[in-house]
Formats: sequence, C-alpha cells, structure tokens
Amino acid sequence: MATIYKQVPDPVYLTALKKAWYVFRRYPLIPIGVFFLLVFVAIFGPMLAPFDPAQGSIRTRHIPPIWLEGGSAQHFFGTDSLGRDMLSRVIYGARVALMVAVSVIVVGGISGTIIGMFAGYLGGLVDEIAMRIVDLLLAMPFLLVALTVVVVFGQSLTQMIVLLILFSWDNFARVVRAESLRIKSDAYVDAARVAGASNIRIVFRHILPGVFGVVLIVGSLRVGQLILIEATLSFLGAGLPKSVPAWGVMVADGQAWITTAWWVAAVPGAMIFVVVMSFNFLGDWMRDFFDPKLRQRA
Amino acid sequence: MLLLISIFVFSLSRASGDPRNLYLDEYATDAMYEAWGVKLGLDKPLYIQYLVWLGDVVVGDFGESLYHNRNPFDLIKERLPATISLALIAFCWAILVGIPLGVLSAVKRGSFIDYFARWFALLGQAMPVFWVALMAILIFSVELGWLPTSRKGGPDSYIMPALCLGWLPAATLLRITRGSMLEILDSEFIKLARAKGVSPVIIIWKHAFRNALIAPVTLAAIIIASFLTGTVVVEAVFAWPGLGSLSIDAIKNNDFPMMAAIILMFGSFYLTANMLVDLLYMSLDPRVRVE
Repeated sequence: MATIYKQVPDPVYLTALKKAWYVFRRYPLIPIGVFFLLVFVAIFGPMLAPFDPAQGSIRTRHIPPIWLEGGSAQHFFGTDSLGRDMLSRVIYGARVALMVAVSVIVVGGISGTIIGMFAGYLGGLVDEIAMRIVDLLLAMPFLLVALTVVVVFGQSLTQMIVLLILFSWDNFARVVRAESLRIKSDAYVDAARVAGASNIRIVFRHILPGVFGVVLIVGSLRVGQLILIEATLSFLGAGLPKSVPAWGVMVADGQAWITTAWWVAAVPGAMIFVVVMSFNFLGDWMRDFFDPKLRQRA
Repeated sequence: MLLLISIFVFSLSRASGDPRNLYLDEYATDAMYEAWGVKLGLDKPLYIQYLVWLGDVVVGDFGESLYHNRNPFDLIKERLPATISLALIAFCWAILVGIPLGVLSAVKRGSFIDYFARWFALLGQAMPVFWVALMAILIFSVELGWLPTSRKGGPDSYIMPALCLGWLPAATLLRITRGSMLEILDSEFIKLARAKGVSPVIIIWKHAFRNALIAPVTLAAIIIASFLTGTVVVEAVFAWPGLGSLSIDAIKNNDFPMMAAIILMFGSFYLTANMLVDLLYMSLDPRVRVE
C-alpha cells in the first residue's frame, strides 16, 4: 500500500539548497550585494580604476566592450568617443552618484527631521509656517526650478547638491511631523514635561528616538529617486557639468553614437538602472520589515 | 500660487545680472547704458519693475528670445500641439494600463499577472527614461528597423516616445492602485458584501474599485510632475518638436526670456491640472465635500 500521507516540508529539515533559496527569497541579497559593491567601488574608486577617467586618446576611440568582437582585455566596458576607458568612468560615476545621494540624504534628512519634530511638537505658528513651505515645495515641479536655476547660474556640483537638498527635506519633515504628533500625546512626554525638561530636551531625548525608524524608511526609499533625478538632470545638461564623470552625463555623451558605438550610452544607463532598482528594492524591504503599516504608500 | 512662481521667475531674471548685458556688447558707451536702462525701466524701484514685467507677461509679451530673435510666446504656440498630442497618447496608455493592471494584480495576488505587474512597475520606476528611450531606438530602429528613430512623422513615430513617456506614470499608478486595492479588499465592508453573497465582479468594480481610485487621485500632483519631467526628457531624446526640446535649446543657449516663458507656461499648466484633480477628487470622494 502506498503512503497516503503527503510529506509536509518542515523548515527544520530543509535541505541546504532549499534553505539557501528560503534565505534568498526572504532577504534582498542581490540588492544588498549591489549596495556593498557600490559603496566599495565608490570608496576605493581611484585605486580600482585602471585608467584616468578624463584622459583619452584618439587612437583608442570607440573600442567595443570585452564581450564583443574587436573588444580588448584592457578596456572591459570599451572606450567612449574621446577614447576614455568606460570602466574607469563608470567607477568614478559610482563615486559621484553615491556622493550626491548620500550628502543630500544626510543633510536633507537631518534638517527635515529637526523641522518636522519641532513642527509636530510645538504646533502653532511654527507648525503652520513649516507646513506651508512644505506644501509650496510639493506644488513646485522640481525639474522646472532646476532648469531655470541652471540657465541663470550655470552648473556646478555643489549647486546641484544644494538644490536637491532644498527639495528633499520636505518629505522627511512631513512624515516626522505626523509621527511626532502621535508621540507627543504619549504619557512619557507629559512626564518629561512635568519633570521640568525643556522643549529642546524633550524633542531630542524623547521624540527623536521614536521617529528614527520612520526617518530611516523615508531615507532608504528616497536614495534611488535621488540618483534617478540627478542622472536625468545631468542627461539633460541641467545637472552636473560635463567635466564630471557622472552616469547621466555619460549617457548624454553616448547619445550621438547610438548607431555606431551603442555601449557608450548603454553601459552607464544600465548602471543607473541596476543601482536604482537595488535601492528601491532595499527601501521597500526595509519599509515592510520595520513598519508594515506604511506598506501601501507608494 | 501662479503669482509666487512669477515672482520667483522675476527675481531669478534680476539675479542673473543686469539685463543690459544681454542686449549690449562691450563697445557700448555709458550713455547707451543709461539710455537702455531708462528704456527697460531699470531706473525705477524693483517692485515697479516687477509690475511692469508682470503686465507685459499677462498680455503675452515675454521680451524677445535671445536665440530665436522672436517672441517666445509665438514659439510656444507653434510647439504646443506636438507636445500635447504626444502627452495625451502617453497619458491614455498610462491610465489604461496602470489602473486595470493594478486592480487585477491586487485581486489575483500571487498569480502570474501579479508577478508580471510588479516587475512592470519595478522596472518602470527604476529605469531612467532617457536610457529606455535610447535603448528602444537602438533595438527597434537601428537593429530591427521597425520604427523611425526620431522626429515627428506618421502615427508610427508616436509609438516609442509615447511608450517611454507613459511607462513611469503607468508604474506609479499601478503601485498605488494595487496598494489601495489590497487594503480595501481587506476591509470590513468588503467582507460583509462577500458574506451577503454579492458577486465578486460587483464587489471588485463597484465596492472596492471606486474607493481604491481615490488614492491615485490624491497623489496626482506627483504623477503630473513626473509627467512634465518625462516630456522634456523624451522630447530631448527623440528630437520631438515640442516644448521640451524648446526648453532644452533654451538651456543650451542661455536663453533666459525663452526659459521664463516656458516655465510660466509649464507652471500654469501644472497648477490647472492640479486644480482639475482637486475637483475630480471632490466628485470621487463625498467625504471631502463635507469639510
């Protein structure tokens, strides 16, 4: 007689392969890998890059990547229209992308958090003014502002970062404010006030730990968007100046050669795609992990 | 709000330096300088200058485009139809794909459709529009030769730009619709309807869908803004003779009057669209009307 009981898989007795698959499904391993690779490349970029990203020679112009016919082992991703090594430029591009995203997230996140906490905790006029500014920023299409500023003041790295900061703190402020409003009504905040703690002490000692998780989630969701926005502006010629080896700038360089040397545009664009996708994945995962209630805010 | 944008544009126009430098070259004498100053109204206080400028703008006089040597307003009028026709097509496909696919993927959670829809959204939100457009040109025009590479022509020239432009909004709409559908399908009144024996089709499309539609509408401002950005990018890649490429030209040539006109144009469009969305919101959600 054949067994009529169907074997129910027990997580304890899973084979090694199945366990690996389980971990793979549950934790975003590929995005985490991409993230660490990006950070590593960004930090050690100058040591890893085989060539100077700004130096090229007309003789090495438009060499295809290594996996195509005519590619050379010296230039893994080939060379661009000025004969510059694409791999080195991509590596330096990672540095630029990460530097912009991190500085914007850190400065924008900290200022947005502080403004949000005070707006939520103090209420009244402070709240009113802060939220009016936030509404105003939301109503302004960022691209147009960026384009105008570039026409008027020209382009630079710092200007780009400042602009992005100005348009990204509001996101943090709004979420942190809502969270502070909730925490404010908790008994321990009242207790702190009765004990004679100053407003500043209450905000930084008692409210800050409570909003920290939300800040992390918003920040991680925002990184991918920031990289995408920066790349788009750079592509349009309204972001980072041509001299900076940014991925967006590189795609713009390759646009003219799409029929003859397609890799010049394809490779940096693919980098943007993979990195943004990984950050979006990580952000979604962190949100689900830390706060399932936030899940559906897209 | 529009006034705020106009003040912003005006102050930038003054921050960009003395406008006389735009019109006069280095051989101009001091007397010419003074004469131009009087002519442009620079001898008056700043708020009067602003009002004069605003008065000109209202009647459609933005000065002269430095590059085209023409009235920017006329240029905009010429380029507008190309942008609008492209944007409308892209918008239709974003809505027709994004919303139904969002509903389906929420209803059939975990199915093949859901899987497909989520990847569609993930890709749409992560791939840079300009890169997708370039790769589409590479594959469908250069390699396969199916579609024209760029510029406005017959109906087939609309296919690639419209698809590229609509993907990101479609992805955003899909995610939002899916999220709010999931939440609503989980709510008490849907369970009650199910228990009562209402047919699944009516539950999904009448009870849940009408409620789920509110979420995309509240986030319309973000979607419209991403659409504006997309227009500029797509037009730049496909050499589409619309407002987007006009603004890119303006950047490249440092053409400030042109840029000011385009920004006011885009800004007013953006505000009108947001206002229409608010009205739509009120008609969709009776709870808003009460306040």
